[in-house]
Amino acid sequence: MSTPMSMRGSIHESSDRSSRSTGAALATPSTSTVTDQPTGQATGDRHTPGSGRRRAPAERNGRGEGGVLVYLAALVVVALTLGPVLYAVLGGFRTNAQLAADPAGLPDPWVLDNYRRVITGSTFWTYALNSVAIAVITTVVTVVAGLMAAYPLARYQFRWREPLFMVFVVGLLFPATVAIIPLFILVTRDLSLGNTWWGVALPQAAFALPMTIVILRPFLMAIPREMEEAAIMDGASRLQFFWRVLLPLSAPGAITVGVLAFVGSWNAYLLPLLLLRGEMKTLPLGVADFSSQYSSDTAGVFAFTTLAMIPALIFFLAMQKRIVNGLQGAVKG
Amino acid sequence: MTSLSVPPRGATTQPTGRTARPVGGGRDWRMAGEILLFTAPALTIFGLFVVWPILRAVQFSLYRWKGFGPLVDFVGLQNYVAVLTNEVFRGAVGHNLFIVVASILIQLPLGLGIALLLNRRIRGRGLLRTIIFVPYVLAEVIAGVVWFQLLQPGRGVVETLLGTVGLDGPYQGFLGTPELAMPTLMVVLTWKYVGLAVLLFLAGLQGVPDELTEAAQIDGATWWQIQRRVTIPLLGPTIRTWAFLSMIGSLQLFDMVWILTGGGPANATTTMATFLVNEGTKRQNYGIAAAASVVLFVIALTMAVLYQRFVLRRDTSDADVLRGVR
Repeated sequence: MSTPMSMRGSIHESSDRSSRSTGAALATPSTSTVTDQPTGQATGDRHTPGSGRRRAPAERNGRGEGGVLVYLAALVVVALTLGPVLYAVLGGFRTNAQLAADPAGLPDPWVLDNYRRVITGSTFWTYALNSVAIAVITTVVTVVAGLMAAYPLARYQFRWREPLFMVFVVGLLFPATVAIIPLFILVTRDLSLGNTWWGVALPQAAFALPMTIVILRPFLMAIPREMEEAAIMDGASRLQFFWRVLLPLSAPGAITVGVLAFVGSWNAYLLPLLLLRGEMKTLPLGVADFSSQYSSDTAGVFAFTTLAMIPALIFFLAMQKRIVNGLQGAVKG
Repeated sequence: MTSLSVPPRGATTQPTGRTARPVGGGRDWRMAGEILLFTAPALTIFGLFVVWPILRAVQFSLYRWKGFGPLVDFVGLQNYVAVLTNEVFRGAVGHNLFIVVASILIQLPLGLGIALLLNRRIRGRGLLRTIIFVPYVLAEVIAGVVWFQLLQPGRGVVETLLGTVGLDGPYQGFLGTPELAMPTLMVVLTWKYVGLAVLLFLAGLQGVPDELTEAAQIDGATWWQIQRRVTIPLLGPTIRTWAFLSMIGSLQLFDMVWILTGGGPANATTTMATFLVNEGTKRQNYGIAAAASVVLFVIALTMAVLYQRFVLRRDTSDADVLRGVR
C-alpha cells in the first residue's frame, strides 16, 4: 500500500487510539482490579495545595451521612457476589446429612472427607492435567502465531495489509458455535485428532487469534519509528529488529493476550464436550459429569467444584499485576 | 515497505522513501517472503479451524445429511425452511433476543451503580474490585453447576432461605417451572457477568478528568447531579462497547443454559446454540444444525453491523476496530 505521509500519520494515530480503547476494554478488568493504581496515582501525583480543598467535599460525601449507606451497599454487593462461591466452598466441608438437615447452616463439625476423596482420587488430577496441557498448548500457539502475524500487519506496508487484517477482525464476530459441527467432523475424521490435546487446543487457538491480533497490532505499531531507524542504522535486518527489539517491547501485550487465551481455554466447555471422552476430559467437563452422575451427593459436588475453581482464580490473581504493569508500560510512548 | 528501508529504486514519487511503494526488485520479493513467513502460521490455523468449518457449515446446510456417507442428498434451502418454521427454533431466537435486551436493561444500571459506588473513595476499594470480578473469572460451567445445586427444588439453599422469610419455593423448583426458568437464568447470568460491566465502567471512569467534576462541585452540584450530568455521559463510549460485547455474548449463549436447564423445561430456555448442538450431536441432523448455525451467524452479523452503523459509529476508536464489518 502506498500511502502518503500525512495519511499514514493519521492511520497511526487512529490505530494508536484504538489500541488504547481495545486495551482499555479488554485489559481493564485486571487494571482496575488489582489496585486502584491509576486513580490512586493520579490523586497522589496531584497533591498540589489546591487539591486539598478540592478533595474535601468528595471525602465528606464518602464519609458523611451517605457513608454508612455506601458501605452497606458495598457489603450487599460483596455478599451477593461471593455468597454462592463461599457456599460451595463451605458445602464441601459438610456432609450430605448436614446439608439436608439445614441447607443454610455452617459446617458442624467440619468434614474433610469430601475434599480428601477428590484429592486422593485420580480423576480430578487426570482432568486437571488435561486442562493444563490444552490451555498451555492453546496459549503458546495463540501467542506465537499472533505475534508473528501482527508484525507484518503492524509494520510492513503492502497492498493486502488492511484486507488481511480485516479477515481477522471479522473473525471476531464468528461464534465458535456456528462452526462447531463441521469442526467436530474436521478434527475427528479428517485430522484424526479427536480425543487428543491438540485436537482441542488448535481450534481454540484459531478462535483466539482474532482478538490476539487486534490487541497486538496496535502494540507493535506504537513502538516508535525512530527505534526502527536506529536499529537499521546499526545494521540490523527487519528480522533481527523483530527478534531483538520488537519481541521484548511487546512482551506486556503478549502476556495480556496469553492470559486471555489461557483463561478462555481453561474455561471452555462446548468444544471439549464434543471432542473429549473418558480419560481425556478437562476439568469443566469433569465438574459437569460429577454433578450429573452424583447429583444426590451435593457435598461431593461442592468439593469437586471448589477444587476446580481454585486454579483459575489463583492464576488470574497472580497474573493481574503483570497485565496491569504491561499495559501501563512501554506502549504509551 | 517499512521505514526500515532506504528508498528503493523507482520510488521517486515518494519524497521521503518512508512510504515507498514496493516496486520490482529483489528487496520486494524478500519482503513478500517475510510477510508470508510471518503470517503463515496464523493464516493456516485460522483458515483451517475457523474459515473452513464455517464454509462447510454453509455447505452442510444445503444437504440432508446424517453424518455418515457422502454428501449427496442436496435439498437446497429446505433445511432453512425447516429451521425457520420450527417452533422450538423460533422460540430460541426469541429467547436469545430477550436475553440480549434483558442483559443490557439489567446489567447497565446495576453495573453503572456498582461502578459509581466503587469509584468513591472508600476503604478496601481494591479488594472490592477484585471480588466483583470473581464470578466472571469462573468457568460458566463451574458457576452453572454451583447454581444448579443452590437452586435444587426442595433442598437447595435458595428455597431454604426463602422459607425463612415465609416464602414457598415453586413446586418444581425455579429451573423446573417453565415460567420461572428464564427469569432464574437471567439472575444467574447477571451474577456471572455484571462484574465485567463494572470493571469496564470503572476503567472508563478513570478517563473522566477530575477537573470536570471539580468544576461542577464548585458550581454547587450534588454528587448525584455530577454523576448524571457529567460522569455518565462521558462514559458513553465505554457503555456502547460493553453493550456490544454483551450482545454478541448473549446471542451465543450455550454453557450456562446447557448446565442449568438443558434448554428446558418444555423448551422454555432453549437458545439457538443449544438448539443446534442438540440437533447436531443428539439427533445427528447435521443439515438442520448447520442451517441453524448459519441463521445464528446471520443474526449476529446483522446486529453487529447495525450496531456498528448506528451506535458505535460515534466512537471513532471503536469504529477502528470494527471498521471491516460495515
